[in-house]
Amino acid sequence: MAELLISISIPDWLAHTIAALVQCGLLLAIALCSAAVGIWLERKVSARIQDRLGPTRVGGKFGWLQPPADGLKLICKEDIIPAAADHILFRIAPYVCFCATFCVFLALPFANGWVAVELNAGAFFLLAVAGLEIFGVILGGYASGSKWSLYGAMREAAQVVSYEIPLGLCVVVVVILTGTMNLVEIGNQQAGWFFNWHIFHDPFTFVVFWVYVTCAVASSNRAPFDLPEAESELVAGFLTEYSGFRWVFFFMGEYASMFVVSGLGALLFLGGWNGPIPIASLLGLTPDGGDVFGWIGNLLGMCNFIAKAFAGMTFMIWLRWTLPRLRIDQVITTCLKYCVPIVSAMLAGVMLWSFFLPGGLILHVRSRYVAQPPSAVQSRAESSITAEGGCATRNTMDIR
Amino acid sequence: MNARNIYDLLLQPFKPWLTGHDFEAIDPWIEVGGEGLPEIARFLRDQDELAFDMLHCVTAVDYFEPDEKKAAKVQWQPYLELIYHLSSTKRRHRLVLKVKLPRWKDDRPGELPEVPSVSGVWSTADWHEREVFDLMGVRFLGHPDPRRILCPEDWEGHPLRKDYQMPTEYHGIQTR
Amino acid sequence: MQAERAQSDTVEFDVRTDEMLINMGPQHPSTHGVLRVVLRTDGEVVSEVTPHIGYLHRSAEKIAEKLTVRQYLPYTDRLDYLAAMNMNLGWALTVEKLLGRRVSEKTRHLRVIIAELNRIASHLVAAGCFGLDLGSFTPFMWTFREREKIVDLFEEICGARLTYSYLLPGGVTAGPPDGWFGRCEAFLDQFDPVIDELHALLTSNAIFIKRTADVGVLPPEMAIDYGCTGPVLRASGVDWDLRRDGEPICTEMYDGYTWQVIAPTGGRYPDDHPYPPVPPEAVVGDSWHRFFVRMLEVVQSMYLIRQGIEKYSADDGELDKPIKIKEKLPKGEAYLETEAPKGQMGFMIVGDGSAVPWRVRIRSSSFCNISPLPELCRGVLIADMPAILASLDIVLGEIDR
Repeated sequence: MAELLISISIPDWLAHTIAALVQCGLLLAIALCSAAVGIWLERKVSARIQDRLGPTRVGGKFGWLQPPADGLKLICKEDIIPAAADHILFRIAPYVCFCATFCVFLALPFANGWVAVELNAGAFFLLAVAGLEIFGVILGGYASGSKWSLYGAMREAAQVVSYEIPLGLCVVVVVILTGTMNLVEIGNQQAGWFFNWHIFHDPFTFVVFWVYVTCAVASSNRAPFDLPEAESELVAGFLTEYSGFRWVFFFMGEYASMFVVSGLGALLFLGGWNGPIPIASLLGLTPDGGDVFGWIGNLLGMCNFIAKAFAGMTFMIWLRWTLPRLRIDQVITTCLKYCVPIVSAMLAGVMLWSFFLPGGLILHVRSRYVAQPPSAVQSRAESSITAEGGCATRNTMDIR
Repeated sequence: MNARNIYDLLLQPFKPWLTGHDFEAIDPWIEVGGEGLPEIARFLRDQDELAFDMLHCVTAVDYFEPDEKKAAKVQWQPYLELIYHLSSTKRRHRLVLKVKLPRWKDDRPGELPEVPSVSGVWSTADWHEREVFDLMGVRFLGHPDPRRILCPEDWEGHPLRKDYQMPTEYHGIQTR
Repeated sequence: MQAERAQSDTVEFDVRTDEMLINMGPQHPSTHGVLRVVLRTDGEVVSEVTPHIGYLHRSAEKIAEKLTVRQYLPYTDRLDYLAAMNMNLGWALTVEKLLGRRVSEKTRHLRVIIAELNRIASHLVAAGCFGLDLGSFTPFMWTFREREKIVDLFEEICGARLTYSYLLPGGVTAGPPDGWFGRCEAFLDQFDPVIDELHALLTSNAIFIKRTADVGVLPPEMAIDYGCTGPVLRASGVDWDLRRDGEPICTEMYDGYTWQVIAPTGGRYPDDHPYPPVPPEAVVGDSWHRFFVRMLEVVQSMYLIRQGIEKYSADDGELDKPIKIKEKLPKGEAYLETEAPKGQMGFMIVGDGSAVPWRVRIRSSSFCNISPLPELCRGVLIADMPAILASLDIVLGEIDR
């Protein structure tokens, strides 16, 4: 886009600024939409689980306009800052929380090459930035000047920091399998039929996937790990003193981060934008068949990816409305006594497996019959970026 | 075991403290003197054939008629009556203990009557005695935590007494 | 050596943290009303708990000294408002004990049906709130869905949905409408499988067991010492139920009925029930058993209701009419405890020959059941506090009166 603007003789700096703003706007729209759909999904799924109907009226059928209506109501609410609160930090905290989650969308690819910034250390960047979210929570809890909020913040710190370890290890397993941290490449390596997905790569990755699910739920503070805002214990935890728009920001952050961890799970283990059956490539909707075909193929891929991410979110919602909450000691025990040792053992297992049977069991057997040139993967990624009209900015970071 | 048998058992060790009884009442009761209450209570709980392990309720009744005309008709002199409802989960029998107290200690209005606490014998008595103190104005000697329980800490007077006057104002709040 | 010790002292001083006092309530989601509990905490560990009650004190006993016993009946609804029928029944039986009356057989069976229906409703709320306090919202909605059906039945019979004032001293003003027993049985039939669902959602859930087993263990001696009654006492292994062990006026009500008192005496439940087994982690007297006892009592209540409907239909007697509004009370006092869902609810009426009682005393079950809270909560984690409180199943209307 910047190139396009420069070509119609707009100054360099202005062109880049405009391009950046437009792209940010697009990403923000995605982040907000995912949060809005997540909220609607939560309401409907929880209602179904509880034998209710949930919202039915706002926006006609299914109450699909409920999230904007909620938002409107919340914006109209009085903005209360407790007298005992640290005013500046109290105000900053929601933005920190939301921005961290929002930044993750920068590196999240929605389809082959459809990513705002294609980083060759994408997985690393994603984990690092997603971990920043807890700063917002801790700041908010600390600055509220309420003991319950402080408890929420401390729980968040203890919980999320300890779950970063197994979460990171889960990602490392995939990185070892694929030999890259580039998320686009990780997605492309799972192209083809569903048995190419990493979850079916070998028994170890199958276990790792479930550890990832546990850690993802825990690190996005969802039940049964929603200790920081445990409403029956800590009133509302770090959210106790927040109201109106600031509260919305935390809430958006939570749902957006649900989308992110589900999306990352889909990307790492469930084939990303590759469907269980490679319809797109069977129909020839690949960049090889031309830009338009590639674009349509990517669109299908994006639908795939978003469907998988929302399936993950639905799973998390289902968990939340079924299970009671764990206690803080049980949460930490689950992490340190179960998740970390299991994922470490699986890491060793995956290393041995890929040493002796590189490419996975099914793929290994299959590759004898259907040969796929691995070199095609890289070039396909490259071409799709250009096919998109330079929407993605090339990164210069190279840690390899 | 009925109240008469229990009375006979108590008669031997505690004769001077047994001040009255009624075995024909709806709930047969034995009246004891306040100073002997803890010993009797402990005896009732620990004696194997009695085994009154559960104290259901401690309460008080204020026998005082504020209306002068009616007061002339009643037969009793004003007094307070503490009532203890006991039962045994082992022996499956019940008993009502009563303690008669003056409405005011030494007949000086404002001085609360005193009675030894039985909270060391049954823990139920802890909160119930606090409630009796709060609402009836009986001081329980040896109680571990003699605070008001239902009314605010700075409430004045003991609402269940018959001559209690509701204050017109509490911390600037109109109460009637 | 000296220097070394001094150094270690310094280190210890550096990491020492102060204890914090926190007010849990009176506005807190899981204190079941306006209970205020002051927690002294060291991090997540609660070292001391002090309950403060009285925020809902409405002078129920003082009001009773101004009204006749029948006029006072609506006030008993407001004691344990989740089991108002049982409160009515307790009051009615106490008045009858003082007056020396007995009701007809037909009235007796109706009372059993109504009281047991309300017991189910109350236990359902207890189970649902237990789930809610552990962070699981769905059981709450499910139990309230079922309670709603009971409340509908009550609405048909007396017009009210929360404060019924139906079981009057001496009898009832009007019997159930036509077809009511059929609908009552229909409710029981569809409720049977729902119990299994609740068991699947909570009782046998691994997280639920982890959160409740061996948490807040109340030994039987302590339970008796604190005057705990009802499911709380029975979950500690004490086989004690006033419907079977109470005064004649209580036990006569259940004459001819077959049912069981649910108490895990010796760690075993009396019945071969089809419900989940006791998990190995659970200790008699812990929160899990308190929950499970209530769930099994619901089944016993269902047996009782079915028998009651049968007996009521077979009886061709008449329903008794209630006492007069200004019925004179004899001189004397009567104290009676009845087995309400939350424990033994006691009323004492002192009559002085007029229609208005001289004094009324209300001994509430929750008041005693919550009193061991400081003992139960010593050294638990903050998250265990709501679990223990929920397992005691308190209603503040009854505690503060």
